Amino acid sequence: MKFIERLRPVLLVAALVAIWEIAVDLHPGYILPGPIGVAGGIIDLIQHGLLLKYVVASLFRVTWGFALAAFVAIPLGLALGWYRRGEMAVSPLVQIFRPISPLAWIPIAILWFGVGDLAAIFLIFVGCFFPLLLTAMNAVHNIPAVYINAGRNFGLSPSAFVTRVLYPAVIPQLLVGLRITLGVAWLVVVAAEMISVSSGLGFLIVDARNAGNRYDLVIAGMVIIGLIGLLLDLGMRSLEQIKSFRWINSEG
Amino acid sequence: MVQTEATIRGNNSAPKLCAEHLGVVFDRDGQALPVLEDINLDVEDSEFVCLVGPSGCGKSTLLNAMAGFLSPTSGSVRIDGEIVTGPDPRRILVFQERGVFPWLTVEGNIGFGLSKLTHAERSQRIAHYVKTVRLEGFENSYPSDLSGGMKQRLQVARALAVNPDILFLDEPFGALDSITRVIMRGELLRIWQTERRTIIFVTHDIDEAVQLADRVVVLSSRPAQIKEVLTIDMAHPRNISSPRYLELRDELLKQIGLAYEI
Repeated sequence: MKFIERLRPVLLVAALVAIWEIAVDLHPGYILPGPIGVAGGIIDLIQHGLLLKYVVASLFRVTWGFALAAFVAIPLGLALGWYRRGEMAVSPLVQIFRPISPLAWIPIAILWFGVGDLAAIFLIFVGCFFPLLLTAMNAVHNIPAVYINAGRNFGLSPSAFVTRVLYPAVIPQLLVGLRITLGVAWLVVVAAEMISVSSGLGFLIVDARNAGNRYDLVIAGMVIIGLIGLLLDLGMRSLEQIKSFRWINSEG
Repeated sequence: MVQTEATIRGNNSAPKLCAEHLGVVFDRDGQALPVLEDINLDVEDSEFVCLVGPSGCGKSTLLNAMAGFLSPTSGSVRIDGEIVTGPDPRRILVFQERGVFPWLTVEGNIGFGLSKLTHAERSQRIAHYVKTVRLEGFENSYPSDLSGGMKQRLQVARALAVNPDILFLDEPFGALDSITRVIMRGELLRIWQTERRTIIFVTHDIDEAVQLADRVVVLSSRPAQIKEVLTIDMAHPRNISSPRYLELRDELLKQIGLAYEI
């Protein structure tokens, strides 16, 4: 039963790939390479040692941009959420910055950091910073008053209160926020690489088109981006399954 | 001095807890909303006192003020002669719901207030209270795997583990089904008789008050004042169909202003 349930999405994907191949074969004009062509493109990339290199380059930027944003935005957001006055002061500013697409920062990023990793990392940082800040602030607001009162009742020092009540109480919501934001980071890196660097999966897509209309490589890049995005999401979800983290789902 | 019946009890030792002219006024959208008015109450050491009153009258507010979670607008609360200025591990408040930490196991919750003890003392204390509240076999379970009654027992164990002088219980069984509630009363009495703490217990359940308390404090509707303090002069275990029980129960119903018949 379990096996069949796991098999179902795999079968669906296989069926869609088959339809894709048949449709491409039947269609006279060239609009899209078929899955076989794309697979050939991926093998091509592997043979040239580019696949691993580009994946690592993209993941490297995502890791740095995302981690830096998390390290700055989460403690800041928790503090602002706790001290409402600070939040009231900062809130309008956050609301102005938040709707600006991280891609709008590309010219500024290139101006400040030149063409290279730093610019891409900066863009990911900007894209992740505001969602994480808001997640952390809201997570603090949503802590039930009983936990805070119980924590106060047992005479914890401020630092013990943070590590033993505040932090565990916000973890489930932070994990959801981190998972969604990691998705954002992965979206931003592809866009950033199209403009500000000369490696990575985003660069692969633009480069494959510019250097000879290799649409098989374009689609190969897209497929790999999708697969890695899926793996990142699965990884974050598995964190949410840890028992002492996942209480929010089970507690009425 | 205080003119309630509480102080007229012939007891020479100083009271454990003493509320003097306690008043609390809330600010609701700029309007002053008096919740407690001139509350005077003495509670003796290891006494079991129930606070009853119509819903929304300010029972929980009174409990929160006594536990130090709320600063009174006027008057004061003294415990062992010392004015209460904030929450303190020497007196623990047990909440109606969701009071246990869902990210900690049963052991983790009971040991929550014990970080200053050595490892050996801590595990010994945890084992003792796991047994006291009959949660053996659930030491490593998370609260999400426990029933409502077990969670409340866990909360009581976590409170008792830090060896407090006073337990404040805010309708601790209010969210439980009626059968579990009766069982929990028995458990609480058993624990109180072996561990002997001062207990101040808020409830809106008349039977609960008559079954548990040494004295029942009846509050009026908001702004709450002490209307009556009723001494339950029955030894435990109490026969709940005895004439005296029914008499006290009727007296309490009358004080709250409820009819005898429905």
